[in-house]
Amino acid sequence: MNHLMIAPIVLPLFAAAIMLALGGEQRRNVSAALNIVTTFALVAISIMLLRAADVAPTGVAGVYRLGDWPAPFAIVLVVDRLATLMLLLTSLLAAAAAVFSLARWHRAGVLFHPLFQLLLMGINGAFLTGDLFNLFVFVEVLLTASYGLALHGSGSARVKAGLHYIVVNLAASLLFLIGVSLIYGVIGTLNMADLAARIPAIRAEDRGLLEAGAGILGVAFLVKAGMWPLCFWLPSTYAAAPPPVAAIFAVLTKIGAYIILRLSLLLFGDDAGASDQFGDQLLLLGGMATVAFGAIGSLASQDMARLAAFSVLVSSGTILAAIGLGQVGVTGAALFYLISSTLGLGAFFLLIELVERGREPGADVLAVTRELYGDEDDTEILQETGIAIPATIGILGVAFIGCAVVISGLPPLSGFVAKFAILTAAFNSPIGALSPATWILLFLLIVSGLAALIAMTRAGIRSFWASPDRTIPRIRLIEMAPVAALLLLCAVQTVKAGPVMRFMQATAQSLHAPHHYVRGVLDSPIKPDDSRGPT
Amino acid sequence: MEIVLAIGIGVLAGSGVWLLLRPRTFQVIIGLSLLSYAVNLFIVAMGRLKIDAAPILGSHAATDMTGLPDPLPQALVLTAIVISFATTALFLVVLLASRGLTGTDHVDGREP
Repeated sequence: MNHLMIAPIVLPLFAAAIMLALGGEQRRNVSAALNIVTTFALVAISIMLLRAADVAPTGVAGVYRLGDWPAPFAIVLVVDRLATLMLLLTSLLAAAAAVFSLARWHRAGVLFHPLFQLLLMGINGAFLTGDLFNLFVFVEVLLTASYGLALHGSGSARVKAGLHYIVVNLAASLLFLIGVSLIYGVIGTLNMADLAARIPAIRAEDRGLLEAGAGILGVAFLVKAGMWPLCFWLPSTYAAAPPPVAAIFAVLTKIGAYIILRLSLLLFGDDAGASDQFGDQLLLLGGMATVAFGAIGSLASQDMARLAAFSVLVSSGTILAAIGLGQVGVTGAALFYLISSTLGLGAFFLLIELVERGREPGADVLAVTRELYGDEDDTEILQETGIAIPATIGILGVAFIGCAVVISGLPPLSGFVAKFAILTAAFNSPIGALSPATWILLFLLIVSGLAALIAMTRAGIRSFWASPDRTIPRIRLIEMAPVAALLLLCAVQTVKAGPVMRFMQATAQSLHAPHHYVRGVLDSPIKPDDSRGPT
Repeated sequence: MEIVLAIGIGVLAGSGVWLLLRPRTFQVIIGLSLLSYAVNLFIVAMGRLKIDAAPILGSHAATDMTGLPDPLPQALVLTAIVISFATTALFLVVLLASRGLTGTDHVDGREP
């Protein structure tokens, strides 16, 4: 059990190293097999860790001390409910994306499989680590791998979008460093649990600096989470990324949201003295602005990939706004929403490529004027060999409806349960009178669902019904199966909504009561009087 | 000492931000480098400045901790330097690819 905790980091690292040592591109089949095996092993490991965290009375399954030094001095990995939940989500999406990539996309460029494993290593590390600077390192690992993957397949659209993506994220990383070093300068530790223990006792004159540091750190993560107005890089990058990469990118914005959730509740939760609830108002407003921006953007999108990218923004904004409400019930429901929307978006990104395969590029824009110009140039674009599934279009259509239902939050799938749970929890708040912000959030959630529905219906009509030149795309089983599996997971999440929601609520409760986490990491009562900065 | 370092960080960061907002990719990469120098100096400064002290350990007994500088920011800055060096090199490759594919060094891939 003990060393299983570091397996989600070590396993992909070794897998990537072995792939490179085996000769990278010369043995792509070996790399592909290794990628699949490792990714599915990660699913199994995540499930085991999740179970361990769920049965642990405090919600912390274990603390892995690197080098076995005691906690405040060495880097720790903390396996608690939230971390394992995110690990499982990542590995499920990764498994779907890896299987999907085998059909054709892993041949579109070099070193797909090693980069994919390094990305997983960075993501898993960011979820598991309990140290701010180590978090920076893992975030850089995952970003560097994601730069390579975003450019996988090359082409000027990808390079153009990738250039913006890299510049924005490098600048955000510098902000991250400034925030981390400010916090270190004030408090003198970077261990998250130790920070949480020391923050209530810091001097009043240092509080401004601490909050400035936390604010700068927050901005760095809000860039990654895609909060308006820091999100303009996101739609073009996600739309240009290769589909299996875009599917795994659906979880990248959630890393920003995850860290915001973890740090805001750990450092500025109810026990934080004068700094409690720091930034919540801003998160709520920013999240709502993001939802509005994403909804408008998805209505304005001409093609499906951009529509999906704007849906990522809506999902991210909903989660940020729900975090900003700062209530236990809402946080639990937001986690449910996070899982559902990420799975739905992952499936949608994979599906888009299959749907678009039978169509000419730019067909959406031309669809209206198509009749005027005729369509003699009706060429078969793709020569993919494979078994044409009968009634391909029908299967694609059903999967598309599934994605639309999950993303827009209609019954009967999990998107509806998630949004309903968020709103129910927000309206049953123990605080008493409802704030205007809650009403606006209600309005925005419903309107954004409507906008998503309109946009997806329009896109669906265009690509399934109104394309005069549509050729039936050849789709292989290993491309359709991941999409179906992700949608099936959404269905399972709906059917098993009771147990899943219980787990989410338990997660939210342990997040809102961080002393278990702090005690679990530090293992001893904290003396408040040693909370001075470095000498 | 503090004022010199503060002005140095300020000048580097200011020039870096200005260059980052320029339209040419070469200006952007120089801006990012300057910004990362500013951030590295800032991290060192967060470990508090000390004059006339040994960089890590002096000749006196290691039990006397008062004369020692904080080693952690030095470790952090080392990591930050390595990472920003690597990411800048990676960005340079993308910059060249963009130049080759689009024929222009504008960040949007086309002349305005």
